[in-house]
Amino acid sequence: MSPHEDKPRPDGTEKPDEKREKNAQEKKLRDLSRRSFIKGAGIASVAASAGALLADRVLEAAPRPQSGGMAGGVVGPGEVPITLKINGQIRKLNLEPRVMLLDALRNHLDLTGAKKVCDRATCGACTVHLDGRAVYSCTTLAIDAQGHDITTIEGLEPKEGLHPMSQAFWNNDAQQCGFCTPGFVMACTAYVEHEPNPTYEGLQKSLGGNLCRCGTYMGIREAVLEAAKTMKTKGGRA
Amino acid sequence: MIPAEFEYQAPKTLDEALRALGRHGDEAKILAGGHSLLPMMKLRLASPRYVVDIGRIRGMDYIREERDKIAIGALVTHAQVTTSELLRAKCPLLPETASEIGDMQVRNRGTIGGSIAHADPAADYPASILALDAEMVVQSSSGKRTIPAADFFVDLLTTQIRPGEILTEVRVPVKRAGEGTAYKKFHQPASGFAIVGAAARVIASKAGQIEDVALGMTGVGSKAYRATAVEKSLRGKTASESLIAEACGKAAQGIDPLADIFASAEYRREMASVFARRAIISALEKAMGRASSPSKGAAPGKTK
Repeated sequence: MSPHEDKPRPDGTEKPDEKREKNAQEKKLRDLSRRSFIKGAGIASVAASAGALLADRVLEAAPRPQSGGMAGGVVGPGEVPITLKINGQIRKLNLEPRVMLLDALRNHLDLTGAKKVCDRATCGACTVHLDGRAVYSCTTLAIDAQGHDITTIEGLEPKEGLHPMSQAFWNNDAQQCGFCTPGFVMACTAYVEHEPNPTYEGLQKSLGGNLCRCGTYMGIREAVLEAAKTMKTKGGRA
Repeated sequence: MIPAEFEYQAPKTLDEALRALGRHGDEAKILAGGHSLLPMMKLRLASPRYVVDIGRIRGMDYIREERDKIAIGALVTHAQVTTSELLRAKCPLLPETASEIGDMQVRNRGTIGGSIAHADPAADYPASILALDAEMVVQSSSGKRTIPAADFFVDLLTTQIRPGEILTEVRVPVKRAGEGTAYKKFHQPASGFAIVGAAARVIASKAGQIEDVALGMTGVGSKAYRATAVEKSLRGKTASESLIAEACGKAAQGIDPLADIFASAEYRREMASVFARRAIISALEKAMGRASSPSKGAAPGKTK
């Protein structure tokens, strides 16, 4: 990890103190709307996989810790300084340890390409690269992503034109509503970088980590096969 | 979904981690890849006061042969297991199982130690761990102990691991001559968890005389188990399709199957016998040296 130098903020974000205050205000608003949303949504959307089986056997909740700061490298539960390397840039944030990488990207860095959909490591819309491998940013703690190279869809695309994978999605009509597309492009790119000669059948199994409710899988598989050829001749990342 | 607040620590050495666990006792949870713990924390099914992230401890992601065993460090990811040449040659059941876990993103982060220690009733590894008679090595500040697979899984999300202990290594036996293995799984279509998973290990002659058989089942009951009734019906017999079908009808004998929105208890019981049969037949064919297709565990790519 790089040292904590106070670099100018290229994105014009506020200093941590100002930000914290603003966050507190925003949080109040968020809490309000969140509460009314949950009221409307009911509980039917809560359980998945094991969760569905376990709902009646809730593990006991521990009493809440008082505040952050303790000997022996313990941090939190309050905000702690976190340094992330995202798309080649060093970004410094103050986050609670419980903040997921996806929320850090979307809510604190305005990198909204990765989407929050299922929020439980199932749908793939939040896929980013960690050291070149596809991972779910919704199920990775931001504090745990320190020291790794994080690439988001924003960092995948070259300054001019499109990444070969994105171009292949375009060419093969591999999206409909497009909401799952950034996650798919990230998953497919990582997959092709590790498997330069994909087969149609192999893709069916290997890209099972991403879901598209519009059902564009046929186009996506064709796109990956096409992009694999382009990436081989032109090289992967732009 | 946001987990409840916790204090976080990322020790660099195992000793440091053990000390932290010793201090926090059962108020601490160990985080490795996070793909079992974090979803539960988000659903507030788990709310640990302390999270000890062992992911930064070096030297816990090895796969190496030690005499007739293969030792696997707890931080080895499912993707690493899937693509390990050593495991594919000497213990192919494990890579075959790992390749069926969740999906690419889960396999890139999830670890063998995390999955086994978590003991989700729908996790894949426990079936294979049981079929292989693997051993789990756990360490605490007071020393190290080895737990055989048969004793390891206690109940839903409960293992023999005590507070203050860390699962550091999984040891699996090297494949014997005349041994065939297979893992057959009925996937939950969205999450990829096992509705039913069957891991079979068969030692048989070329003529189909079954010398020994082990069948681990997952997803069916509240914990993974050995289908001993099936094993008993097959051991020492000459294999035939009708014998195997009849034996596998007992795959969920004595088990109270789980039920959820996707699969009722009756359906799980029925699928248990179907997937047990498929696993036994596939393992037997490999043992008899006439495996029709190469291992389905074919890896999607190289790890690094």
